[in-house]
Amino acid sequence: MTAMPKPGAMPDPMVPRRFRVRKAWDEIDGVATMELDPVDGPQIAFQPGQFNMLYAFGVGEIAVSISGDAARADTLTHTTRAVGAVSTAITRLKAGDMVGVRGPFGSAWPIAEQEGRHIVFVAGGLGLAPLRPAIYHVLNNRDRYAGFTLVYGARSPSELVFADEVKDWKSRFDTEIEVTVDHAAPGWTGHVGVVTTWLDKTLLTVDPATVSAFMCGPEIMMRFSAASLANAGVAAERQFVSLERNMKCAIGFCGHCQYGADFICRDGPVFRYDAVAARLKLKEF
Amino acid sequence: MSASPAPALLIDDPAVLVEALQRQGWRVIGPQARDGAITYDPLTPGATLPKGLTDTQEGGHYRLGAGDPGRWFDYVVGPQSWKKHLFPSRQKLWEASRTDDGFAVTPVQDDYPKTAFFGVRACEIAAMEVQDRVFDNGDFADPGYGRRRAATLIVAVNCTRAAATCFCASMQTGPRAKAGFDIALTELATGTGLLVEVGSDRGAEIVDGLDLPRANAAHRAEAEAASAAAAAMQTRAMPPGMAGVLAANLDHPQWQVVADACLSCGNCTMACPTCFCSDVEDVNDLSGDHTERWRTWDSCFTVDFTYVHGGAVRRSTASRYRQWMTHKLSSWEAQFGTSGCVGCGRCIAWCPVGIDITAEAAAIAASPVPKE
Ligand SMILES: Cc1cc2nc3c(=O)[nH]c(=O)nc-3n(C[C@H](O)[C@H](O)[C@H](O)COP(=O)(O)OP(=O)(O)OC[C@H]3O[C@@H](n4cnc5c(N)ncnc54)[C@H](O)[C@@H]3O)c2cc1C
Ligand code: SF4
Ligand code: SF4
Ligand code: FES
Repeated sequence: MTAMPKPGAMPDPMVPRRFRVRKAWDEIDGVATMELDPVDGPQIAFQPGQFNMLYAFGVGEIAVSISGDAARADTLTHTTRAVGAVSTAITRLKAGDMVGVRGPFGSAWPIAEQEGRHIVFVAGGLGLAPLRPAIYHVLNNRDRYAGFTLVYGARSPSELVFADEVKDWKSRFDTEIEVTVDHAAPGWTGHVGVVTTWLDKTLLTVDPATVSAFMCGPEIMMRFSAASLANAGVAAERQFVSLERNMKCAIGFCGHCQYGADFICRDGPVFRYDAVAARLKLKEF
Repeated sequence: MSASPAPALLIDDPAVLVEALQRQGWRVIGPQARDGAITYDPLTPGATLPKGLTDTQEGGHYRLGAGDPGRWFDYVVGPQSWKKHLFPSRQKLWEASRTDDGFAVTPVQDDYPKTAFFGVRACEIAAMEVQDRVFDNGDFADPGYGRRRAATLIVAVNCTRAAATCFCASMQTGPRAKAGFDIALTELATGTGLLVEVGSDRGAEIVDGLDLPRANAAHRAEAEAASAAAAAMQTRAMPPGMAGVLAANLDHPQWQVVADACLSCGNCTMACPTCFCSDVEDVNDLSGDHTERWRTWDSCFTVDFTYVHGGAVRRSTASRYRQWMTHKLSSWEAQFGTSGCVGCGRCIAWCPVGIDITAEAAAIAASPVPKE
């Protein structure tokens, strides 16, 4: 018997479905992307910003955002950084290996609701992964949006994920992309400095009343970026962030991800900034 | 459970009801005096109810001792709640085994026969109804919890005395159960038996078979008065409007005051009948070919509870106590439309240093931090 729900039986939301790795590759040192095909049941359809719980056999289960294109019904893509036991096991999976998946979970970037707007993406480090499905959506439907800006920062050039793809996006004539690193390395000819420096600059060139911003990265980066956006005149209700907390269930049962009244797994991870701004200022909340 | 208009009855010996349930194939879980406390464990045939016992409870204090020998239910709630049966503290969720092409997952169902909870207090019914909303949140339902809950019959006991730690009256959860039971008992004056009320068709069927005498209006009035007396003797109360008070006082200095006393042991969350937090654990056999996923109770008082790569979010005791109390009394209402506290007083009695949720709430309510 497998985790596949029997017809008529209530599927247990804690039981993973089996998927097989179709392709897996390293993005940068310690960060790997994999594409998955379902073994039990149908492929997972998702919305940009949602995540899955990925299970490595015998090791454990972690929350990982879906980093692929939501319009491509055939694939399920995840990009994971190895930081501990489970994430390391996930990044080591190779084509043909099996992985458990529960999901998709959580709220989505309200990207379709922001049609007609100038979309500003602000990404820090691996925060680009959860944003990438939204970026694909805007790029695939570029005529429906007034503008596209991506400000992407990482600690060092070797920590920039999807670097080649970012170059491709930048080579389009209808995108504005700023990539910056905190610490340059030999050969780096790009920007150096924090994300907000370049965010402030790009905001000078757009009408703030038309901007909708999507931010994902360290909380401190999102807070400062939100302040920059507010300074520039972008309304708080046009700003969206994705938050991260310890997660054990993703379905509102384990309590770990609570953030005041919100369960980040169900009510988030994507929030409108004004809904969480006060809480982000609280220490150890 | 549909309310049934069945008339109230009288029973002399509640053990007769226990035996009747057992005869009808119910596993009966009921109060037992174990290690100096009332616990809720399966009643083996012939097991006796802890008649003649009473408890003294205070902040950091619980003692079970001799009371009126003629009284069946003169103790109130002990350290454990019914939660441990509906939401076991350790539960296997599924198993997986390595196969040639990966692994296979097998969901696990625990064995939970049809079960009667015997002696459920009003606050404990309220606690179950609180957890019902947690484990069926509209998007997801825990099938194990749902199965166990559906297979459970509730025999309530309306409290006729309160401990010093009880404050159900101020939480509107007791001491008299208004609904949520199949059968409810109220102990009348010593030696005159117990009033039997029926709350469902299931309960009516069971009681019908006992051929009990009918109660009269005086019996019913006496039962109501006994519950009212249990409410009147409550010395603790939750100040009103705490949901809003706490939400507006997340920076209050009292959090640090209580943190200076709090051991961050998590006893309050373990004893609490509504706390639902859990962790998961993967248990592998030596070969590494077989693994099991277990769910265990967890507490927001542990540092690891909020661990993310780089460290825990709530590192200080003050932040964890704030999480506990604001969750119970404030954010729970936004999450589930009800308070997370039913006023059972367990967290007060079983706190090793006697921290009192009603006193902490009152301290903050009395000196709110001025708004910026
Ligand atoms: C909504 C969401 C989306 C995420 N998306 C991605 C992604 O796209 N790519 C990626 O690499 N990582 C992502 N993460 C972070 C990822 O879940 C953690 O890196 C991972 O849990 C670490 O587990 P570990 O066992 O390898 O490491 P350890 O540091 O040993 O963690 C031990 C345990 O703590 C918990 N934990 C630790 N860190 C986190 C964390 N940041 N978030 C939640 N639980 C944590 C997990 O239960 C984990 O098993 C996401 C987290 C959340 C909440
Ligand atoms: S918070 Fe305390 S008094 Fe309230 S239900 Fe939980 S244990 Fe009982
Ligand atoms: S008080 Fe703490 S342990 Fe209890 S339900 Fe809330 S977060 Fe979980
Ligand atoms: S991850 Fe368990 S409640 Fe959100």
